[in-house]
Amino acid sequence: MFDRDRWQEIFEAIGKNKLRTFLSGFTVALGILIFTVLLGMGNGLLNSFLSSFVDDAQNIIFINSGNTSKAYKGFQENRKIQFKNEDFEFVKSNYIGKVEFATPRVYRNSQAKYKKESGSYSIRAVHPDHQYLEKTIMMKGRYLNEIDVNERTKNIVIGRLVEKDLFKNENALGKMLDVDGIPYKIVGVFQDSGGDNEERIIYIPYKTVQLLFGNNDHINQINLSYNMAMSTEQAIAFADQIEQDFKERFEVAPDDQSAIRVRSFAEDIKETMVILGGIYFVIFIVGIGTLISGVIGIGNIMTFSIKERTKELGIRKALGASPKSIIAMVLQESILITSVAGYLGLLLGIFVLKLIGNNLEEFFILNPKVDTGVIVVATITLILAGLLAGYIPARRAARIKPIIALRDE
Amino acid sequence: MIEIKDLHKSYQMGSNSLHVLKGIDFSVKEGELVAIMGSSGSGKSTLLNILGMLDEADSGSYFLDNVPIKGLNETKAAQYRNKFLGFVFQSFNLINYKTALENVALPLYYQRKKRKERTDKAMNYLGKVGLAEWATHLPSELSGGQKQRVAIARALAADPKVLLADEPTGALDSKTSYEVMDIIQGINDEGRTILVVTHEPDIANMCKRIVHLKDGVIVEDKKVEQVRASQYV
Repeated sequence: MFDRDRWQEIFEAIGKNKLRTFLSGFTVALGILIFTVLLGMGNGLLNSFLSSFVDDAQNIIFINSGNTSKAYKGFQENRKIQFKNEDFEFVKSNYIGKVEFATPRVYRNSQAKYKKESGSYSIRAVHPDHQYLEKTIMMKGRYLNEIDVNERTKNIVIGRLVEKDLFKNENALGKMLDVDGIPYKIVGVFQDSGGDNEERIIYIPYKTVQLLFGNNDHINQINLSYNMAMSTEQAIAFADQIEQDFKERFEVAPDDQSAIRVRSFAEDIKETMVILGGIYFVIFIVGIGTLISGVIGIGNIMTFSIKERTKELGIRKALGASPKSIIAMVLQESILITSVAGYLGLLLGIFVLKLIGNNLEEFFILNPKVDTGVIVVATITLILAGLLAGYIPARRAARIKPIIALRDE
Repeated sequence: MIEIKDLHKSYQMGSNSLHVLKGIDFSVKEGELVAIMGSSGSGKSTLLNILGMLDEADSGSYFLDNVPIKGLNETKAAQYRNKFLGFVFQSFNLINYKTALENVALPLYYQRKKRKERTDKAMNYLGKVGLAEWATHLPSELSGGQKQRVAIARALAADPKVLLADEPTGALDSKTSYEVMDIIQGINDEGRTILVVTHEPDIANMCKRIVHLKDGVIVEDKKVEQVRASQYV
């Protein structure tokens, strides 16, 4: 394998048969190129689908309330269902082990003012767990904590764009912000991948809002995340369980669709994954098909090349070349061509994917690329493919009888 | 050097078998220059192929330099060919993408000689056949006579015990044929054993002994007064 002279022989043979080498190399390079690009596009598609979930935790469940649409157990229809803190506590205490994070949400629209700048912003009054459910990323300062909630502090966390709108180039951290006439201290600034609207939000401890606005314990919505160890089916069942429990709790008809609404991504993710799996499978089949045709291509060309070189190989055998050395020569040539050409195809494919980048985002292809593992596997596959493509022709070459090869046509 | 006893060989041609060699007894001593003559179909090429280990006899014994040549596998046969024999063919059989020097060096490559040694030896043999200044030329740039001289240099490069030449002048005009025979005689003068298959009487007469084959048997085996090729060159 590392015999310098043999490599020299091979390079000589390759160098002096450029067209043949180019043709076989081209087939493989093209195969790998198509394989890489297809796989990259597949990954792009996957990225695009996944990014539609990344704004929030994938395992999130939303519980909303509304008005009843049916009379039930002596209650009139169109009764308003109002969640309270005890309902949030119920979620936390009743589903231990199943719930990862949970938070209430109280919504308000408020006027925020700093010096001469002011604007209207959405307020979310939440529990500290909200950070994990919303995948909020802190840029500076900290998020709300338990102390903020229990002591009803006037600490707030503002979005990146709130800071930009109101504070211009100033650092908002530690400054006081006037929200609906009440001054709050800014303890953190966050960013969120959910888009501009998600970064124009102000988070306040939920008990603070309950105290300051209405002095009640009302909640608009409860968000929670289920334990990731659960399967999709279990998660769907868990969401159904919550819905059933809440309907009993508020004495709502089991088939009432509007009073209690529980929504999870589990079902969406499941469907998406099935579709994506299908797409991936097709891409994989097409890619493998391309690779195989590349390998068959090189096998073909090697076979042809052996036929063309019958005389040469016959001469070599007459001069003392053993069958082993003939096989090794043909195999090494085949492996060399497949590896080099395949590698070029791979590089070209990666280059094409880089070029595409995020230009195809509107076709749901986001950041297409192939990872290192795939590249390593592809490289090994290439060498094996070279072996395979070369083996049959090589064996045939080794069987050439010099007497037949040397017979004059 | 060569000892053959009761050699038989037949080929299967469809349903009938063709008995080509029907009991050949034949021996060659070291330093001989033997012409094997016969019309086409006489079995002379088959005999040469068996001698060259390119083909195997059905029965009979063959000793080459006291080594029995029988039931060799391909690897062993390749090894023996490389060690014992040098071939010269009618159609030269040079590798067309290799230069004259590289062609001559090829048997040495299969003897696993070092590159430097290969080049030196090959150059030496090319000089011997008078083609030193053609070393870097491809076969396509050489004349027929030159090609055959390269082929002879290649056959000699591995320093074989026996040189087997199959119609070495068959593709050449008579003047060039004599030049090639001159070289062959020169090599023989140095003591090398050479077998030449030919159907041309003038070429046969330039050897020291003529073996006549007809229908698979030796009909005549005689020593001759060698005609020196140099007088025609």
